[in-house]
Amino acid sequence: MEKTLDQVEVKHSVKVLKVGGEGRIRHHLFDLGVTPGVEIYVRKVAPLGDPIEVTIRGYELSLRKSEAQLISVTEGK
Amino acid sequence: MAEKERITIALAGNPNCGKTTLFNSLTGATAHVGNWPGVTVDKKEGTYKKLSEPIHIIDLPGIYSLSPYTPEEVVSRNYILDEKPNCVINVVDATNLERNLYLTTQLLEIDIPVVVALNMADIVRKNGDKIDAKGLQEKLGVPVVEISALRSEGLKELMDAAYDACHHYRKGTTILEDKELAHLISDVTIAFRGKGVQSPLFHAIKLVELDEIETKMHPELISMVDEYKESHKDDIFADDFEALVADARYKYIAKNYATHYQKNEKSEKNDDGEQVTRSDKIDKVLTHRIWALPIFVLIMFLVFHLTFSEDLFFLNRWFHVEFNHEIFINICTGMGYEGEPMAGLPSPGVFLQNWMGFLTGSLIDWFRSFMPEGQWYTSLVCDGLLTGLDAVLSFVPQVMVLFLFIAILEDSGYMSRVAFILDRAFRKFGLSGRAFIPMLSGFGCSVPAIMATRTLEDKRERNRVIRLMTCFSCGAKAPIWALIAGIGALAGFAGDIFVFSIYLGGIAAAIIFALFMKLFSKDQYVSPFVMELPAYHAPQARNVGAYLWEKFKHYMIKAATIIAAATIVIWFLSNFNWNLTLGLVDIEQSILADLGRVFAYFYYPLGWAQGVDGWKYTVSTITGLIAKEQVVDTMAVLGLNEETVLLTGAQAYSFAVYNLFTIPCFAAIGAAFGEQKGKEFWLTMLWWFVMSYAVAALVFGVGALYGVAIWAGILLTLAIIGLVVAAGIIVTRRNKKVAQAA
Repeated sequence: MEKTLDQVEVKHSVKVLKVGGEGRIRHHLFDLGVTPGVEIYVRKVAPLGDPIEVTIRGYELSLRKSEAQLISVTEGK
Repeated sequence: MAEKERITIALAGNPNCGKTTLFNSLTGATAHVGNWPGVTVDKKEGTYKKLSEPIHIIDLPGIYSLSPYTPEEVVSRNYILDEKPNCVINVVDATNLERNLYLTTQLLEIDIPVVVALNMADIVRKNGDKIDAKGLQEKLGVPVVEISALRSEGLKELMDAAYDACHHYRKGTTILEDKELAHLISDVTIAFRGKGVQSPLFHAIKLVELDEIETKMHPELISMVDEYKESHKDDIFADDFEALVADARYKYIAKNYATHYQKNEKSEKNDDGEQVTRSDKIDKVLTHRIWALPIFVLIMFLVFHLTFSEDLFFLNRWFHVEFNHEIFINICTGMGYEGEPMAGLPSPGVFLQNWMGFLTGSLIDWFRSFMPEGQWYTSLVCDGLLTGLDAVLSFVPQVMVLFLFIAILEDSGYMSRVAFILDRAFRKFGLSGRAFIPMLSGFGCSVPAIMATRTLEDKRERNRVIRLMTCFSCGAKAPIWALIAGIGALAGFAGDIFVFSIYLGGIAAAIIFALFMKLFSKDQYVSPFVMELPAYHAPQARNVGAYLWEKFKHYMIKAATIIAAATIVIWFLSNFNWNLTLGLVDIEQSILADLGRVFAYFYYPLGWAQGVDGWKYTVSTITGLIAKEQVVDTMAVLGLNEETVLLTGAQAYSFAVYNLFTIPCFAAIGAAFGEQKGKEFWLTMLWWFVMSYAVAALVFGVGALYGVAIWAGILLTLAIIGLVVAAGIIVTRRNKKVAQAA
């Protein structure tokens, strides 16, 4: 099922389908390893509900929900 | 270039890869930090002396990629391409190989010798994992040296390999071997080579990615990429070469290098099969859904308590602990025993400040003891120079203690978590979670607080936070509140409520101003928040020490220049009359007093500059530029104390508010200048001035509405609205220009 990363529940793993946005932020996401096909594990949500923390390519990344929204993912492997 | 004759080696790598530790180990005391031209990004340089000739080491800022989207990336990229160091040491965090090698694949595309330093290899082994450096070296085609920057292991081997590499030409290579893409890249490379461009492969690949810098530099070559796009449409990425290239790099890394890293199968795992590290366990507590905020508050409280508290752990307030031993009291207070018992203990920050006060005080007394009395040069040295030095040095202990804690929080990895925890709350005001630390430090002293804005990534946010800094009443302003709280006009009003309202009102004002700045920022740009949360590690004494030493030097250089000069100017103005006779005059007849009388007209709308004593208040606010303690000092010299301050409530409030918000002391101005420079700095000065004037006029105006004729209040209110709108227009214009530049 396709959704965006901000909608994924905590402790779920998803696979990236597409990275939206443009310019700096999009390229930054690529540079950090958020590329189509990569697996992302949603670790936790910050105490105030945003941002979220994910594990990707073996390290911890935190991003706001507004940025997570740019990332289309699919649940299940 | 003369510089070029020395061998130069640049360190490049991801943030948190241990690059700073390596740099500090290699260069030791020779390190010095400046700024890269035009940007406030640290430029660290030093010398490595353990080879047959001294090697110049440049520590490039931590980056994830050589794309042109952050100042750090642009600085690193331009340095490697234009300054051509003899060799680049690419520091790679072996515990996070996949993402770290992404930058490596880009560095290898440049025609420059590269040596890979496989850092933290010891931790990999400790985790029971295995890493195959030899295999990596074969695949990458450049030397790979295992090191531990932390334990200074493998540094000799690394530098030998780098020194050797300096003497061999290396042509750029790429791992982008996808047939179609490789074809295009090779065509564009040939075109670049034909133009005589150096490192054609690197430029070609960046052009294929439609990188901003390359497309601007070589618009004539874009057609090659466009043509190719027309004829080849990839299924997944369509014509999105940016994604295609990034994906190809990561795919290649995953396919080839992952095999050189073997994970320990027996390591601890959670329910989802994820490996559990020590860092995860710490994070379970520190970023816990419920406990994260209370723990954060506790940590912050401890930091500020240990830096600024006069009553350590509330020993006196809660337990009524008193000390009577004379020698002990002298040790705690910097020889401050006055025959009275000491209530509680001073915090380390206050303890050091006491001793600093003793040292500078003794120095002044010592100079006074052998210089002739009543001479102008005695006064210049003792009242001007040394008193100015005292004002500057008195901040040093607490500045350093606060920075010690900030350095520890930063180096351990907790600061990134602070941003994670608080981001939501701060974003509403157009700021990010990281802005919290500098703003809170502002209650102690604006100087370290402004210097701490460097931890903010976004330049615009840095500017905003610096401008908001005066809203947080610094420690030196406290005597002003104490004085005003005691005057007749406010006695009935309750002095403590007045002081409370200054602190709380300052915070409220900061929120309003932040919203105001956000509202008037044309593009409504909020810097994206995509941030690595690095693994926790124990802070390194060497890193913390280097950081503190750097801040100390930075501060002292400023003290010796701007601040000293400004202090002398004020000393001159307050000790000479217009005849410039050498004999010293009473401050009432000084140039400063006359200036005060003139400026009093300017401050007339603020209320407190009215009346016969108006010039005294004016002069006090001006001398407050030396240090905010000077406001009360000068008032005392001019005969103003709790009994003789005859301001009305509205005037007194206006005076307090003006001194709170206005341009801070020279030390803080110097700090702001160091972080902003040029136009942004002058805009900050303008903002501080206009904003404080407007708010003070508003306060007096509203107060006057009840006392004086209503029309005066209305006129003042209109004037304030005009000032606010003017400020708004300035902010808007600035943002428009920034947006255009971006």
